[in-house]
Order: sequence, then structure tokens, then C-alpha cells
Amino acid sequence: MIEQLLIYPLLLQMALAIILMFAWNNTSTQKFISISGSTLNLALAVYLLMYVWQNGTQTVQAGNWEAPFGITFVADTFSATLVLLTAIAGLAVSSFSSGSVIPPRLKFGYFPIFHFLLLGLNGAFLTGDIFNLYVWFEIIIITSFVLLTIGGEKAQLEGAVKYFTLNILASVIFLTAIAVLYGLTGSLNMADLAAQVAAVENRTLVQVNALLFLVGFGIKAAVFPLYFWLPASYHTPPSAVSSIFGGLLTKVGVYALIRVFTLIFELDNLLENVLLVIAVLTLFSGAIGAIVQNNIRKIFSYLVICHIGYMIAGLGMMTEVAIAGAVFYLIHDIIVKTNLFMVSGVIYKLKANHNIKKLGDIYADFPKMSLLFVIPLFSLVGIPPLSGFWPKLSLIGAGWDTENYVVIGSILFASFVTLFVIVKLWGEVFWKNGEKLPELRNFPYFKTLTSVQKVQMVAPIVFLGLVSLYIGFAAENIQQLASRIAFELLDNQEYIDAVLNSAKK
Amino acid sequence: MEVLLAFMIGTLYASGIYMILRRSLVKLIIGIILIGNGANLLIFLLGRIAKGSPPIIPGDSKVFIEAYSDPLPQALILTAIVISFGLQSFAIILVKRAHKVVKTDDLDEMNATDEFS
Repeated sequence: MIEQLLIYPLLLQMALAIILMFAWNNTSTQKFISISGSTLNLALAVYLLMYVWQNGTQTVQAGNWEAPFGITFVADTFSATLVLLTAIAGLAVSSFSSGSVIPPRLKFGYFPIFHFLLLGLNGAFLTGDIFNLYVWFEIIIITSFVLLTIGGEKAQLEGAVKYFTLNILASVIFLTAIAVLYGLTGSLNMADLAAQVAAVENRTLVQVNALLFLVGFGIKAAVFPLYFWLPASYHTPPSAVSSIFGGLLTKVGVYALIRVFTLIFELDNLLENVLLVIAVLTLFSGAIGAIVQNNIRKIFSYLVICHIGYMIAGLGMMTEVAIAGAVFYLIHDIIVKTNLFMVSGVIYKLKANHNIKKLGDIYADFPKMSLLFVIPLFSLVGIPPLSGFWPKLSLIGAGWDTENYVVIGSILFASFVTLFVIVKLWGEVFWKNGEKLPELRNFPYFKTLTSVQKVQMVAPIVFLGLVSLYIGFAAENIQQLASRIAFELLDNQEYIDAVLNSAKK
Repeated sequence: MEVLLAFMIGTLYASGIYMILRRSLVKLIIGIILIGNGANLLIFLLGRIAKGSPPIIPGDSKVFIEAYSDPLPQALILTAIVISFGLQSFAIILVKRAHKVVKTDDLDEMNATDEFS
């Protein structure tokens, strides 16, 4: 039983999605099942991480086919950590959706699709087979299309057309890369590919193949020249959807990049330089985009792009310290970005507006809630004891070791701009005396919600705020985790042994 | 045969990208379909084409004696075709709805979400 532990998160999410479909019109049952199921999933994910931490990398061979031939599921520390983060964000967003998404949307199968999305995310993190990774990516994008378009407003549909086109293009490029890789090596198992790719004689074709993967995952991760779908679409759906997208979807791309470039391909000079140039440009373009925007959710969208740059920079430097920094940043970023989009959702419910020029007075009207919002906002900036500070320290240290001064400069620049943007947002939205906004009729203002709904909306922000504080104040534990992940990623022999020799154990 | 297929795949990719870059929504879908088919054929081609050698071990032996065609790419294509079928049908409905709500099929006029506000 315990040997199959790592596929239980997948099975649980699939079971939840199927059960939820039987309660199609009964939204209160759906809310109950979704929240309690997500809590169970969180417990399972915590247990999985503890188990992997103690017993090393776990594998399951689907259908008992031996490793290079069948589909393998692998949980090393990196995968287990990301499954845990998915579970945390999933629980928070499940509760937030129950409070904030309006019933007509819930009646179009919002919760089943949401759990299918979490299924796809868990699958992408746990699979050890490159084609299976493609299938999980497709599950993620199909469900995200549906979540993005539920409700069918004009802006949603316009955003969805762009989101759809670029993501499907990314999938085709990813598929092309898999085809070329299969043609070169005749294998799809990632651990097997690690050895096979190193033995291929035609290095130019391997390099082209690596670049194809970079472009395919780069579109999903929203790196510099490929990010235009993100600010066009992330501000259109309900805030609950934006928060799961902003927290996790681009991070799957980053996960795939880290996995593929540490396990399958050796980074050569060209690829390292390409990654670093992309990272620097992503940091700059995201930061500058965030300065000029006025819509809160567009500001956060650009900050999502900007902060992807940190992780790509960590990957590009490719030392143990740098990878640990990138992984730590990934952990911090998933929690904080999910939280920020939920904060924007609460602000929208309070004032029925997204424009920071028109908003104001929130600190005067809701002082306690504003103090709660301080945690995610300033964790993002990385004011020292909070969570964003520590990974940047590792990244800058790694930049110093590898003499990448331009990268250090752009990391500092992006941090300053993030500080500027958040301070501007704080001044405009919370402290400024805003104009008198017209009261909208039929708008579900926060004060008109039932107290259960209010708790469902605020509790996840408190929960994720506490997680952020934990990451900041217990940074040593997280750093230990990130260092171990970095060690396992760079010395991939344990992963390969766990996959290929599992039958002999 | 391989060379012919390679040219065909190249043409499919090229025309697919050309169609995606056009301004019309309908041509966008056609482009997506073409490029998806190109990718499927590429997997087929890279699994090495062999005529009349199914991957079946003859009855009187225990292992493969001759070269055989690889069955895995075909399983991959089947998966990829089903997935792209689903995505394409979603795309058609999405474009129909978008055309109905936005009242244009010109992508250059669909820029409300990118506008600065």
C-alpha cells in the first residue's frame, strides 16, 4: 500500500473531480466536498513529503512495466515539495472560490474543472516520463481554458483567444521537441534519457532539441519574449481563477525547465548564456510593465513575469547555491502570488473597482484587513525577515561566485522596482483619499455577503499569510529543503537509480 | 518516402504558422489544425518508417529476428490526435462565442484586454 503512496494525490484529485460532477447543480455540497477533499489532499501531501524526506526518492511503475518501457511516476524531494505547495494553494483557492465565485459560474462545473486542474498539476510534478508530462500539460491547459472562459464575458473571451493560441503553440513546440528527442534516442523515460542523450553523437541536433524545449516551456513559464499572453488574460477571469493561475501555472513551466535542464540536457555555454539573457530581460520587462499599469491585477500579472526571471537566473547560473535559490524562490513565489491575487479579489469585492487611481481609503475603512494584506505584499518585496529576502540572498551570492554581475544588477533592479510598485500600490489603494465610487446595484459587495462567505474569503489569505511568515521566519528549514533539492537535481544519480533499478530492490 | 514526408511536414508547419499570423479568427483555427497535424506526422516519421514489418515475434522463435517498425510512435500519435481533437473543438466553440460577443473576427480589433487603462 505504502509503495504506491505517491500516486494517491493524483487518485484523490481525480476521485474528487468525478464525485463533484455528480453534484452538478448543488453548489453547497460541491463547496463542502471541495474544501474537505482539499484538506485531505494537504494531509496526504505533507505525509508524502515527510516520507520522501526520510526514505529518499520513491517510484511507481504504472502497470508494473519495468522502467524504461512503461510510464514511471517519481517523487523526489523536488516533486514532493511542489505537490505540497499545490495542495496548500489548492486548499486556499478552493475555500476562496467558495466564498467569492458567483453561483451561476459555479453551476457550470467550476469545482470539478478546478480539481481536474489540480490533478494535472500534481501529475506534471510527479511524472517521470516526458510524453506523460506532455499529456499532463494538456490536461492543465484544457482545464485552464475552461476556467478562464466560464462566465463568457467579453474581456474573458478576448483574453482567452490569446491565451489559447499561444499555449497551444507551446504544446505543439513541446510535442515537436519530444518527437525529435524520441527520434534521437528511442526513449521517453526521463531517467533513461539522461544517459541516452549524453551518448548521442550529433550534438548540434541535441542543442536544437534543447532550444525547442526551452521555447515550449518558456511560453508556459512566460519568459521574456514569449509572455504576452499572460498580461492579456490573467486579469479577466474571477480572482479565484487568477490566483490559482498566477500561483501555479507559470511555475509548472519553470518546474519543467528546471527538470529537463538538470536531468536530460547538460547545460553548455550557449544554453547558459541564453538562459541568463532571458532571465535579465524578463526581470526588466516585467518590472517596467508593472510600473506603468493601473489595474491591480495587471500589476500583479507583470510582477508574475518579472519574478519568473529570478528562477530562470538561478537555473542559468547552474551552481548548487543558485539552484537552491531558484527553488527557494519558487516555494516562496507560489504561496505569495496565490495570496496576492486573492487580496486583489477581496479589494474588488470591497470597492467594485480594479483601478488604483480610483481606489483609496481601504486603510481608513478596513484597518484590520489592510494589516492582513501587508503580509503578502511585503513578503513579495522581500523586506528582510519576510520570505522574499532569503532566496535573493542565495541568488546574489551565486551571481557573485560565477561573476555574473549583470545578473546581480538586474536582480537588484527588479527588487527595487517591486518595492516601488508595492509602495505605490499601498499609497494609492490603502492610504490615499479615494474618489467617491458610485454604488453599483446587483454587485455582490463584501458587506452584503454572508458571514460564512466572508470567512471563506479571508481565511485563505490568513492561512497563506501564515505560510509566508513561516517561510520567512523559519528560513533555515526551507533553505535546508532547497539545498537538498538542489543537491539532488545536480547530482541526478539518485533519481536515475531510483527509476531504473527499482525493480531490482 | 522519408524525404517526401519531411517536405510535407515542413509545408504543414510553415502554412500553419502563416495561418496563425493572419488576422482572421477562422484562419487562426485552420493554422492550429495544420500545425498540429504537422507535429503528429513528425512523430510518425521519426519512429522510422518500415514497410511490411510489424512488431510481432514469429511463432517459431523467441526474439525478433529482423528489423521491425517501432509501434510506440503510433501510440503517441493516437494520444496526440485525441488531445488535439479536443483542443480544436474547444477552439472552434471559443472562436464562435468570441465572434458573437465581440462582434468582429479581426484579431487586430480584439485588443480591449491589452489596452492601457
